[in-house]
Amino acid sequence: MGTAATAGQQEKISLLKVLGPVHVWALGVGIVLVGEYMGWNFSVAKGGAYGSLIACWVIGLLYTCVAMIDSEVTSTVAAAGGQYTQAKHIIGPLMAFNVGLYLVMAYTMLEAADALVVGDLLKAVAAQYGADLDPRPFVVLTIAFLAWLNYRGVFMTLTVNFVITAFAFIAILVLFFNASGLVDGQSVLLHRDLLVDLPYGWIGVLASLQFGMWYYLGIEGTCQAAEEVRSAGRSIPMGTMGGMMTLLIAASLTWYICTGIIPWEYLGQATTPLYDAARLMGSVELEVMLFIGTMFAAIASANGCINDASRAWFSMSRDRYMPHWFGAVHPRYRTPYRSILFLIPIAVSFAFTGLLDQVITFSILSGLLGYTFMSFNIVRFRRLWPLGSIERGYVHPYHPIPCIVLGVLCSATYFATYLGYGTSLLSIMAFYILVSIWFVVRRYPFVKRGEQFTMPWPRPKGY
Amino acid sequence: MSRNVYKPPVQKGFGQFIDAMVVLALVYLSLLAPLLMGGTAAESAATEHKAKPTWEELKQNDVMQAQWEKLGHTPETAEPIVTKKFSYEVEPLSLGITIAVIAGYFIFMLKMSDREYREVINERFGPRVGKGD
Repeated sequence: MGTAATAGQQEKISLLKVLGPVHVWALGVGIVLVGEYMGWNFSVAKGGAYGSLIACWVIGLLYTCVAMIDSEVTSTVAAAGGQYTQAKHIIGPLMAFNVGLYLVMAYTMLEAADALVVGDLLKAVAAQYGADLDPRPFVVLTIAFLAWLNYRGVFMTLTVNFVITAFAFIAILVLFFNASGLVDGQSVLLHRDLLVDLPYGWIGVLASLQFGMWYYLGIEGTCQAAEEVRSAGRSIPMGTMGGMMTLLIAASLTWYICTGIIPWEYLGQATTPLYDAARLMGSVELEVMLFIGTMFAAIASANGCINDASRAWFSMSRDRYMPHWFGAVHPRYRTPYRSILFLIPIAVSFAFTGLLDQVITFSILSGLLGYTFMSFNIVRFRRLWPLGSIERGYVHPYHPIPCIVLGVLCSATYFATYLGYGTSLLSIMAFYILVSIWFVVRRYPFVKRGEQFTMPWPRPKGY
Repeated sequence: MSRNVYKPPVQKGFGQFIDAMVVLALVYLSLLAPLLMGGTAAESAATEHKAKPTWEELKQNDVMQAQWEKLGHTPETAEPIVTKKFSYEVEPLSLGITIAVIAGYFIFMLKMSDREYREVINERFGPRVGKGD
């Protein structure tokens, strides 16, 4: 009895409310900024340099809609789990289960890709000096160290993220000022000779939307901090929209620098394009700075991904959507420690599958499914609880234009994924269909019904 | 007013472990599926490789050549990168299947979610008494 009582008491310990807008910014931008250091450039391979720029801005519009919608719903549904908790209160359990899995899969697979970048970059630098380095221990070490940081507490985790993310962003600015000649008056950019027409025409531009998502993938992760911020109504919109502005600037500068220095075919398959751009500029200082910037961006992203994936898994487990054992909070550090530990070997195994492009596609598609959910989630949220019926932390303007634009752009991005990655798209959809059936048949009987609706709202209209 | 509250069964540790493993097994299966189906994630068009290509044959101008060389490449090492192209042929049947799968998935999920959501709301707020609320 004593043990059961202790366990019950342990599960009632809540997460700490210690975060402000800066931490929300650091969480969102920290996860995403690695997308400027690697990954976005695969859109150059699919649609050429101009195709990638168009994708950058079109997908920027998609994410602006995501940030607007998310800010309203999250500042009102201020609980860990972010979009999962929103889906649970607004659409229903099966949708919530899927949204929770989108988050876990998108972030855990992104974390694996981040750790691989750390290992590959160290290997590449070692090769420059004639050494042959095995990257695998560094991949494991990176994930293990960051998991330990997350285990010890969210405040320190996101404070570290703020510092290293800020450095990685400043590194892009420094590279831009040097490359464009704003420092010494001598530009090294060669756009006139390196830029070519659209290699695949406009269908290539459409196809490049898929990897255009890497400029911003994960910004919606700011919602995972909703239960740990001091003021959700202030911190979430400020941190998320500030993060989007930072990313739009960083993405445009990154495209401008890289396409002005690197031939597009090389750029389309480069592992670390910004670092390569710094190497081509012939400055040791810039090379070192971009090496550190790439490392920091990858580490910050993996750090934020561990934070977000574990909270999504924790929230689902707390509601018994997944095994209840994972829904525990550490009695001293007040973190979802079992979920953090459980996801470590999984991230490592994803990193070692050797299927990096499939892992990345899984991450992108999981994110895309989540954005599709947001487009009808906001419509239903406004319908079930019209403005004025409940207290909202923030009300986004121009409704329903953002959700219509979001729905259209999501459809275009599914088509972009079909172009070149059609088999992967179907296999990942098969996963979500199978796991949905499994949830309905196997898991849902373990879920409490009314108890999972925790918001102090009136009965939804029409129900 | 008494409410009919659903009491879920308590799941034992072994059952919880099995459930976590089932999800993982499905993830790995879907990661491997494209390979098992005979393709890789990226679907590229077949290209012809030349024995000794030149920068001109690879359509690289002087500035491009210089940048390739600074990156440590020769025409031989650059050729597989330059000639790799995506195939963007749209097959109506496969596109139709893809659209049907995505649409079917969301329709199934929304319908099933709505049914489960009604249970949640009825238990949380009690049975609905009139149309006005």
